[in-house]
Amino acid sequence: MKNILILGATSEVAIAVADLWAARSCNIMLAARNVNRLEPVKKDLTIRNGISVSLLEFDAEKTESHQGFYNQLQVKPDVVVCVFGYLGDHDLALSDWQECARILTINYLGAVSILNAVATDFEKNKRGVIVGVSSVAGDRGRQSNYLYGSAKSGFTAYLSGLRNRLFKSGIHVVTIKPGFINTRMLAGLSTPAMLTAQPKQVAAKILKAVNKKKNVVYVLPVWRWIMLIIKNIPEAIFKRLKL
Amino acid sequence: MTKNLAGTSITNWNNYPRKEAVIESPLFEEDLTRFLIEGEPFIMRGNGRCYGDASLYSGVVSSLKLNRILQFDENAGVIRCQTGMLLSQVIDFILPKGWFLPVTPGTKFITVGGAVASDVHGKNHHKDGSFSNHIVSMRVLTPQGKIVVCSAHENSELFWFTCGGMGLTGIILDVSFSLKKVESGFITGKQIKARELNEILDLFDQFKAYTYSVAWIDCLKKGNSFGRSILMLGEHARKDEIKTRKIYPNTSGTLSVPFNFPSFVLNGYSLKAFNALYYAKNLKRSVQTLTPYEKFFYPLDSILNWNRIYGVNGFVQYQFVVPQKNGREGINTILKRISEQGWGSFLAVLKQFGSQEGLISFNTEGYTLALDIPINAKLFSFLDELDKIVKEYGGRIYLTKDARMKPEIFHQTYPHAEDFTKFLAATDPDKKLVSYLAKRLELK
Ligand SMILES: Cc1cc2nc3c(=O)[nH]c(=O)nc-3n(C[C@H](O)[C@H](O)[C@H](O)COP(=O)(O)OP(=O)(O)OC[C@H]3O[C@@H](n4cnc5c(N)ncnc54)[C@H](O)[C@@H]3O)c2cc1C
Repeated sequence: MKNILILGATSEVAIAVADLWAARSCNIMLAARNVNRLEPVKKDLTIRNGISVSLLEFDAEKTESHQGFYNQLQVKPDVVVCVFGYLGDHDLALSDWQECARILTINYLGAVSILNAVATDFEKNKRGVIVGVSSVAGDRGRQSNYLYGSAKSGFTAYLSGLRNRLFKSGIHVVTIKPGFINTRMLAGLSTPAMLTAQPKQVAAKILKAVNKKKNVVYVLPVWRWIMLIIKNIPEAIFKRLKL
Repeated sequence: MTKNLAGTSITNWNNYPRKEAVIESPLFEEDLTRFLIEGEPFIMRGNGRCYGDASLYSGVVSSLKLNRILQFDENAGVIRCQTGMLLSQVIDFILPKGWFLPVTPGTKFITVGGAVASDVHGKNHHKDGSFSNHIVSMRVLTPQGKIVVCSAHENSELFWFTCGGMGLTGIILDVSFSLKKVESGFITGKQIKARELNEILDLFDQFKAYTYSVAWIDCLKKGNSFGRSILMLGEHARKDEIKTRKIYPNTSGTLSVPFNFPSFVLNGYSLKAFNALYYAKNLKRSVQTLTPYEKFFYPLDSILNWNRIYGVNGFVQYQFVVPQKNGREGINTILKRISEQGWGSFLAVLKQFGSQEGLISFNTEGYTLALDIPINAKLFSFLDELDKIVKEYGGRIYLTKDARMKPEIFHQTYPHAEDFTKFLAATDPDKKLVSYLAKRLELK
C-alpha cells in the first residue's frame, strides 16, 4: 500500500487528489495550515476506503520548520505532491514588501525547502515520486503577475534540475502546469471556459502523469500552445504588450 | 458574505424567479461562521431543486462542497453526513451495502440539507412519514453563530422549526439519519388504472399496505373520465425475486435537454397527446413490474434539465394538501377548477399522506396534488383563487414548490405560522439568514 503526502492539502485540487488516491487504497497524509479543517475529509476517506488518513500541521511559509516536519513523519511517503501556492495581491505587493516576500517565499523558497528534505530521503532509499504543481505564469514574466510568475518560474527550474539529478537514483519528478482552475464552481466563470480546468480534472492529470512517468504536463493541452506562442514573441515586441 | 463581489444570475429548478446574487461555495464549515459574523445576509442553497425563491437572496451560500460522510454504522444502518451531500451520492455509497434512503423525493439530485429544510416526503409517506421522522440528530449553526445539536428529544423546538423551516432557523451542518434495509436495488411494482377520481381515491385506501404508492392523474379530462389516473405501487424486491440480473443495478446514463424549448410546445394539444401515449403503454388494467430503483423513484432524472421544456419564462409547480376530512370533496373541487382552466400539465401527481408530526412541515394527513403549469399572464390570479379553495378545505401550499403565494394565505393556513415567525424574530434578531421567500411571506 502506497503512502501519499499532500503538501498544501486544503485546496480543492489537493482534496481531489486525495480522493483519487484514497479510492486506489493508498494511505493519505494531508499537510496544511489549520489542518483540522480537513477532519470531515479525513473521516470520509477513511469510511469509504478503509485506509489510514493523517492530518499534519504544515506551514509552507515557515521554511525553518520543514526539515523537522519531514523528520517527524512516522511513515515516509512514496509520493509527495507539492500543491501549495499563494497568488497574493500583485498590486499591493509592488509597494508592500511583506506581501511581495510572502509570494516569493511560499511559491519558491517554501517549495524548495520542503522538497530538499524529501529529495535527500528519496535519494538515500532510491525510490519515490515528487510532483510539483507550478504554473504557466512561470513560463514568461508578464506585467500583471510577474512576482508570482517569477517565483513559479524558479520553482519550474528547480523541478527540472531535481528531475535531472534524481533520475539516476530511479526517482521521478513531475512538473504540473495548470492554466486557470475553476475553484468557485458556482460563482460564474470570469475566465474563458476553454482555458479553465476543473479541480477534479487537474487531479486526474496528476495521477496519470505519475503513472505514466510524464515529465512536464500542461493540464489543458491548449496551454502548451498558448505559452509556446507567448514565449516566442520577441522581447522588443513583448515589452509593449498589455499582458 | 463578502461585500462588493460581482453578482451572478441565478434561478432554481422552475426558472422562476431569476435573480442576481453573490454566491459563495465554501470548502469548510468554519467559513459559514465567518459569513454569519461578517455581515451581509444570505440564504443557504443546496442543489437548487426547489421550485421558487426559497434558496434565493442577494447573498447565496452553496452547500455543495460540504459533502462528506462523517460516520456510518453498517450494522445499524445509520449514516451521518454533511449538509451538501446529494441523495444520489448517499445512495451510491449505501445501496451496495444493502441500505436505502428512508424517504426519497422524486429526484435524487437534492442535498441532505435540502431534504431537512423542506422536510421532504416520498411515495411512502403514508407508512414512513417524512424525512424528519428518520433523523437521529443534526447539528445546526444558528444565525447568532452557535452550533446546536438537536433532535426530536434534544432542543426540540429548534429541531421541529428547522425541519420544513426553509433554511430560516439556522444552517444545517450535518445530519445523522437512519436507513432502510433492502435486499436489492429493484422495486416490484404494480400499476393499476383508475377510470375516474373516486376510483383512484378508493384504490389508495385499498392498497394502503404497500410501502410505496403514488398516482399520475390526467387533469384535463372532463365528464365520466374526470380524474382518470394510474396508481403506481411498489415494494423493495427481495433477493429471490431478482433472477438473472445484478442485485444492485448500475447507475443509469442520462439524456439531457440542451436548451429551452419554446413554450408553445406545451399547448393543450401536446398535453393531450402525451396523456394518450401514456395510456397506450398500459393497455391492461393492472400490470406487474420489476424495475431498477432509479426508474421507479426518479423517472425524470434520466432526462437531465427536463425543466427546460417549459421555456425561458419558467413554470410553477402548484402543490397543496387537503386534510383527510372532506379531502375527497376538496380534491374534487380543486381538480375541477384546474380541468376547466385547461392549463394542467402531464406532470400531475396525486398521493395520500399519512399522519405527521412537526410544527412547520407541509405534510399532514390527507391528499396532496402537484402539477406543473407554465407561467402565463393570468396564472397567478388563477392560483390565488385556488389558494382560497385550499384554505377553505383546511389545506396548505408546499413552500418548497412555491414562488407566488400571498403572505396572508401562508399565515392563515399553517397552524404554527405565528409561533414560527416569533421564533425567527427571537433567534435571528439581526436578520442574517434571509431569502426572497422569507421576505415575500413576511417571515423575517
Ligand atoms: C423533479 C423533482 C421532484 C421532486 N419531488 C419531490 C417529492 O416527491 N417530495 C418532496 O418533498 N419534494 C420534491 N421535490 C422538491 C425537492 O425535494 C425540495 O425542493 C428540496 O428541498 C430541494 O433540495 P436542494 O438540495 O436542491 O435545496 P435547494 O432547492 O437549494 O433549497 C431548498 C431549501 O433548503 C434550504 N437549505 C438548503 N441547504 C440548507 C442548509 N445547509 N441549511 C439550511 N437550509 C438549507 C434552502 O434555504 C431552501 O429553503 C422535487 C423536486 C424536483 C426537481
